[in-house]
Amino acid sequence: MITGLLILFPFLAMLALWLTKDARVARRNALIGAWLQLPVAIAAICLFQCNGFREIIYAVEWIPSMGVSFNLALDGLSLLLVLLTAVLIPVIVSFVPVQNTSSPRKFYALIFMAQMAMTGVFLVRDGLMFYIFWELALIPLYFITALWGGENRIRITFKFFIYTMAGSLLMLVALIYLYLQTPYPHSFDFGALYSVALSTQQQIWVFLAFFVAFAIKIPVFPLHTWQPDTYTTAPYAGSMILSGIMLKMGIYGIIRFITPLFIGTININLEQTVLILALVGLLYASVIAIRQDDLKRFVAYVSLAHVALITMGAIIGNNFALQGAGIQMFSHGINVVGLFIIVQIIEEKTNTRKISQLGGLAKKMPLLAVLFMIILLGSIGLPLTNGFVGEYLLLYGIYQYNVWMAAFAGLTIIFGAVYMFKMFQHVMLGDKKYAAELTDIGTREATVLIPLCLLVILIGVYPKPLIDMIQPTIENILNVITIAH
Amino acid sequence: MIDIAWIIPLLPLLGFLITGFFYKRMPNKVSAFVACSSVLLAFLFSLGVAFQVFANGIVKNITLFDWIAFGDYAFSFELKFDALSSVMMLVVTGVGFLIHLYSIGYMKEDEGFNRFFAYLNLFIFFMLVLVTAANYLIVFIGWEGVGLCSYLLIGFWFKSHENNNAAKKAFIMNRIGDLGFLLGMFMILKTFGTLSFDAVFNTAMGFDIGKPEIVAITLLLFIGATGKSAQIPLYTWLPDAMAGPTPVSALIHAATMVTAGVYLVVRSNILYSLAPFTQTVILITGLLTALLAGIIATRQYDIKKVLAYSTISQLGLMFMGLGVGAYVSSTFHLVTHAFFKALLFLAAGSVIHAMGGEQDIRKMGGLKDKVKITWAVFLVGTIAISGIPPFSGFFSKDEIMLALYMKNPLYWAMGLFISMLTAFYMFRLLYITFYGKYRNSESIHVHESPKIMTLPLIVLAILSALGGVVNLPSYIGKARLEHAMSTIIFDNGTRDLFHVSLSREFMLMGITLLVIIASIVVARAWFKKDRDYSFVSRSGIKGIIDNKFYIDELYRLIIERPLMWLSDKFYNVIEIKVIDRAVNSVGDITTCASRIFRYMQSGNLGYYLLAMVVSIAVILAYAVFV
Repeated sequence: MITGLLILFPFLAMLALWLTKDARVARRNALIGAWLQLPVAIAAICLFQCNGFREIIYAVEWIPSMGVSFNLALDGLSLLLVLLTAVLIPVIVSFVPVQNTSSPRKFYALIFMAQMAMTGVFLVRDGLMFYIFWELALIPLYFITALWGGENRIRITFKFFIYTMAGSLLMLVALIYLYLQTPYPHSFDFGALYSVALSTQQQIWVFLAFFVAFAIKIPVFPLHTWQPDTYTTAPYAGSMILSGIMLKMGIYGIIRFITPLFIGTININLEQTVLILALVGLLYASVIAIRQDDLKRFVAYVSLAHVALITMGAIIGNNFALQGAGIQMFSHGINVVGLFIIVQIIEEKTNTRKISQLGGLAKKMPLLAVLFMIILLGSIGLPLTNGFVGEYLLLYGIYQYNVWMAAFAGLTIIFGAVYMFKMFQHVMLGDKKYAAELTDIGTREATVLIPLCLLVILIGVYPKPLIDMIQPTIENILNVITIAH
Repeated sequence: MIDIAWIIPLLPLLGFLITGFFYKRMPNKVSAFVACSSVLLAFLFSLGVAFQVFANGIVKNITLFDWIAFGDYAFSFELKFDALSSVMMLVVTGVGFLIHLYSIGYMKEDEGFNRFFAYLNLFIFFMLVLVTAANYLIVFIGWEGVGLCSYLLIGFWFKSHENNNAAKKAFIMNRIGDLGFLLGMFMILKTFGTLSFDAVFNTAMGFDIGKPEIVAITLLLFIGATGKSAQIPLYTWLPDAMAGPTPVSALIHAATMVTAGVYLVVRSNILYSLAPFTQTVILITGLLTALLAGIIATRQYDIKKVLAYSTISQLGLMFMGLGVGAYVSSTFHLVTHAFFKALLFLAAGSVIHAMGGEQDIRKMGGLKDKVKITWAVFLVGTIAISGIPPFSGFFSKDEIMLALYMKNPLYWAMGLFISMLTAFYMFRLLYITFYGKYRNSESIHVHESPKIMTLPLIVLAILSALGGVVNLPSYIGKARLEHAMSTIIFDNGTRDLFHVSLSREFMLMGITLLVIIASIVVARAWFKKDRDYSFVSRSGIKGIIDNKFYIDELYRLIIERPLMWLSDKFYNVIEIKVIDRAVNSVGDITTCASRIFRYMQSGNLGYYLLAMVVSIAVILAYAVFV
């Protein structure tokens, strides 16, 4: 029941916004709609705990003749990402600039549509429904970027759309292929899909189809070039949804499909090739980030580097790596949205987001400097911030798999310090005069940044609730892997 | 007392939270009071704990809560209170408190006064976590945390580009070491299945000497130590770190944080004793660092830079001690060094304060009569660091020298040379700064520092003079530290080697003393009289030393520049011209193809009919002939 509500609520919010005519009322309604989701998610956590951390299942037959059902289940991993969505959407909605948005009702309605679709992706346990929600999530982001984006938005959005669409179609092919391998009557149920026995050759193709689909979404090197352009062009809210939540769909997909279906059984060369691609992407994006001048693009490459590490963990799929991937998905969502919010603040205040034109902001905006520093520390994974917990678990998970991969992936902690502190120095420190009078951040900024910063520290100091939440699910996935062997 | 010892790191954290949250609204006096009293309280608690540990031999592990725990693994917040952590706690809170006091005077005029004290408290918190941690993961929290505070405090005056660069450099170089630490930690976890000291060390006792895993673990941890303790190859951040306020240099970059690497090795001494190869690496690294830094120090003119290189050199000496297994001696030197180096830095701060911010000793001279207290305490510090009896440095250095001699007289000779350099550059500094004629403009009102600054100086001077009582050699008194630490030092028979006849010991000591005195005499002859410092020779070996052996330039050439080049090429060539172009060309091919295929659907029925007929003909032909 609760699972249905989690999807229904954003849907209702979307409808309500669509029907709101007045622009000012639209914003108020959007805020109410966004914040109302949070208690629902928290209720879901409580129910999940009452249920002894076992899956809460809710299934309705949809097209029985095809073996398609509206099959929802709430386990730790789903809950983690639903929670992330429910935390970030209100933050993102609250931070949409009040004036600059033309036809706000559509804008907010699209955000809720995205929330509904993404929540759906995290909850369904049916292959076809998974695909439907997956594609559904793309549509609002397409319109948000195409209608409210910056320079070159049509060309860039088109590329983003076609690119990810191509990936999704591969996933659909893989899903249908698996479906046809299930015993008659065929079923799209995840459990049925997991138990399909594939020959080595079949495995390789299905693996590749899934991997490319997820790798485009995440994105993984070298399928990533839509990402920096899109993050840079999209309005801030769009970039935040894309990087904070939507890319987790790809990692989630890996953990739901690739890890249980293929890990340990897939051709080892293929597995390692994929891991090395992710590793190369990690270092490549880190190195590029060092010299980016556009702050938005900088965040895009930072995000690219961070998710590459999570991807490695998800594919390796041991207990440490999966715990790390889970925690880091959550932490990355918070940190990257925090970074985008800070970039947005800086651009709003100074009318530029070119690092070379900035400097000395800490003097004028001490509070922003403190909050920025906290998000930055989370992002570079300083102990007692959220980033460390995930990074530590991921790196040790990788270490268990291969020492050298861990050593190279570990370079991320050095590169992280290099690009982050270089950027921070040139944006916040030093001394620079501005034409306009700069004031420190006010209530609007503080109300979203302070909670995010608190989460950065809270998860860093006491990650136990999240760890406990996802551990049973991870054990289930590990069981699926062992049974497969 | 020891049951609530967890409160010790918590106190400065509270201090940080209070001063940090209200730093805008709080009067300077209140924040100074909060900051200082939190550290003082922590010191008093540490005293209580240390008393119980030393007098009653109690060792206590306190587990606060599970930090990261799942499946078979649990990494908890656990603290360990034993002889080593007590010694470190006393140094951190004791010297830390004095430096807090001193800072009240030193930072009085600074607009960031409250922020400064918040950072100092945060530093003390992380440092206490580092030294009281009971497993490697918690050490790592403190380890990275002090690195952060170091960053924040070096770049405290963040308007200056140079300070920011120094801060960034310190953090990044530390992080390079941290990666070594992290990987070492992973290896421990893999080998032992846990990161807790007790479990790891107990298991390690059963291991054979030279087990490859242990060698790798110890080497990786040592990489971490080279970052934090400024050893070759990761030492170049420390001289730059002098950009921070002087109390910071005293606290972080002399007395406490930079000794974390030494602490880590002493803490893991069981592992190191099992890895003779690593010990050799440490010995050689320490030796080279001590020599290099000692030589550079002899030609520096910035009062703080001389002390910075001296710190690197002294840390090198401590690592030499660790390399020959003299863990207690190195800890002893760590303690005495904390006293006299903190003293020297604070006294230098007092000089800088008196000179209105001037740090170049060529523009000083003759300060002896103008700042009497500062001169006196600086003299005490100089004597102590030079190793003249009965000052503290003599005892601790002598122990390391003796251990070096046991291992190999050649190492002892190297140590002797380093001691000679130490005495030389320190007395050179003393003479140039305080003797001769005053060489700066008379418009500067040179004045002695206020009491709040001189009081900590005097206390530290007393400690520097008498600190040797912590661990007196057997011919005079009690080796208290040796005794207290005996439970945590792994004894694999090496300690018996530390026995040498008393006459031989005195002979070595005599030689050392003679050499030190000789080098003081030379320093006096060269630098006490007035010299013309305006002429700077930049040629030959002197030029190389003046340029610090061009190590910074070398790093820039082989690391920084290629990285920047790579960053540029990755983006402008690979990203844009290769990958993105490939992606776009897939799109272009599709568009292009559709443009061609469009002609097939012109809407002209005649074409369609023709195409149909031709196709049918082709298909039939295929069916018939093939």
